Amino acid sequence: MNRINQKLQEDKKLLSIYFTAGFPALEDTVPILKQLEQSGVDMVEIGLPFSDPLADGPTIQESSTQALNNGMTTQKLFDQLAAVREHISIPLILMGYFNPVLQYGVEAFCAKCQEIGIDGLILPDLPLAEYQEHYQSIFEQYGLINVFLITPQTSEARIRQIDEASNGFIYMVSSASTTGAKDGFGEEQANYFDRIARMELNSQQIVGFGISNASTFQAATEKSKGAIIGSAFIKSLRKEGVSGIQNFVSSIR
Amino acid sequence: MNYNVNEKGYYGEFGGAYIPEMLYPNVEELRQQYLSITAEEGFQKEFRQLLRDYVGRPTPLYFAERFSEKYNTKVYLKREDLCHTGAHKVNNTIGQILLAKRLGKNRIIAETGAGQHGVATATVCALMGLECIVYMGEIDIKRQAPNVARMKMLGATVVPATSGSKTLKDATNEAIRDWINNPVDTHYIIGSVVGPHPYPDMVARFQSVISEETQKQLLEKEGRERPDYVVACVGGGSNAAGIYYHYLNEPEVGIIAVEAAGKGIDTGESAATSALGKMGIIHGSKTLLMQTADGQITEPYSISAGLDYPGVGPMHAHLFASGRGEFISITDENAMKAGLELCKLEGIIPAIESSHALAIFEQRKFKEDDVVVLNLSGRGDKDLNTYINYFNL
Repeated sequence: MNRINQKLQEDKKLLSIYFTAGFPALEDTVPILKQLEQSGVDMVEIGLPFSDPLADGPTIQESSTQALNNGMTTQKLFDQLAAVREHISIPLILMGYFNPVLQYGVEAFCAKCQEIGIDGLILPDLPLAEYQEHYQSIFEQYGLINVFLITPQTSEARIRQIDEASNGFIYMVSSASTTGAKDGFGEEQANYFDRIARMELNSQQIVGFGISNASTFQAATEKSKGAIIGSAFIKSLRKEGVSGIQNFVSSIR
Repeated sequence: MNYNVNEKGYYGEFGGAYIPEMLYPNVEELRQQYLSITAEEGFQKEFRQLLRDYVGRPTPLYFAERFSEKYNTKVYLKREDLCHTGAHKVNNTIGQILLAKRLGKNRIIAETGAGQHGVATATVCALMGLECIVYMGEIDIKRQAPNVARMKMLGATVVPATSGSKTLKDATNEAIRDWINNPVDTHYIIGSVVGPHPYPDMVARFQSVISEETQKQLLEKEGRERPDYVVACVGGGSNAAGIYYHYLNEPEVGIIAVEAAGKGIDTGESAATSALGKMGIIHGSKTLLMQTADGQITEPYSISAGLDYPGVGPMHAHLFASGRGEFISITDENAMKAGLELCKLEGIIPAIESSHALAIFEQRKFKEDDVVVLNLSGRGDKDLNTYINYFNL
């Protein structure tokens, strides 16, 4: 069984962390992964930086720009991760925009992921219909889970469709926004979390966007399987570096 | 072969809607409704009336006699430079503002490079009394101060895009991010035939009034609806889509697309996407795109801010890949010379974008009895500073 699905079976709320590969320093990728696993994080999204990250707020945009300036490339990331499964056993997901994957070659990219031990992909600008028509068979051939997003504006019919197409979890975007930490969740989010929980989907949901601390993590996971922290972690990395990871993670739960 | 969009939103293998799920409801709403709303009698009546009484259409099809004599062929200029606000951009913003009203949106966002589309959007928002926010690269704001002032006078808020290279592509990213953050009350008026389906087709349809008029006007002047060639400059490609539209599937009409070579195709400072681009994804569309081997989008260069885009609309990518369109690239230097030449020969000061199209006659020979229609997409007022500095006027 894929590591993601194994993890989803554990009887706990999952804490997942996103970081941009190549930030703050080019060679930080593996040290960050080791620290995250040692700190008890359940799953990691490794961001493949892109020049034009249009679903991201300023924090992740800036980290992407810095990572690219540091010299991060798709091939460089694969080289860094070549032996990652000697040290890391938690599920690893690559997250990025579709164009760099397309340029690498979708099949070559998926084959490389399998070889390294990547468990899934999140490509926000690869839409459901395109995925199903052109790429699903390739993803499946290389044992990769594809994670789709839903938002408060996603219709019930489309959520059902996405649930049907999902073979891991659903990435539940907390509010209509780009990525970035917010002060907290209001009534609108509570209603949305509630509405989705009542749909009794086949796929479990992990909430992302706007989760930054223990209270937002608690609120986001009340009715879902887990939550993803991105921008707040990037900010911590910028300030405290790799050595601050343990403290950051223990401040969440 | 059909050169219009197909039911899945593709031109050949180009197009589609590569958008994050956050944009799906808005783009899907547009996709489902743009054809039916724009086909309504009431919509068409209001659109046509505004194009006539407000924009000043039909724009003349002008036989450029002295220019033709110099190049020994028959050149007609489609005078989009005479549109209200100074360029063809307003044809599209009029159409989209009427559509936005019918979709119940009360907040309008737009991106702009040189400011022409921003001004055209601010204009129609003033006309309709809607809130208008224009994203513009921080660098472009400095380069294009008069257009920033125009937008402000028209009541728009101009927001600097400070990410990335701080130019048009980043302004577009910021507008898309705004739409993600404001999914209910906002319509995004994209200024060119780029972006996710249905934008390329929708914008092309609004601009198609250019070739619709050309057919009638040419019939009067030459006794035939079809010229031998239609010529236009291509950045994203909206004026080109407009002049090509009714001729796309008429094989006897040659289609010529003129891109900005900047300082030269091999100098690293160019915007000639067909020569330098590869298939990729930019702003939700699969198209030809200037990028690194790693798939990072690169920064184009042209003396003309309106041609300074790293991609090209999917319709044009298909025209290039299929061989239906002939693509020519023109350097800054040759465009500037051609612009000045039109001033002297015809008393018309063209936008530098349009000057690129005018420059092909020095390197591309036509037969004496060929009828060539060139879309003069904009006037040169906005470019006076560039002309002054370039020629030490």
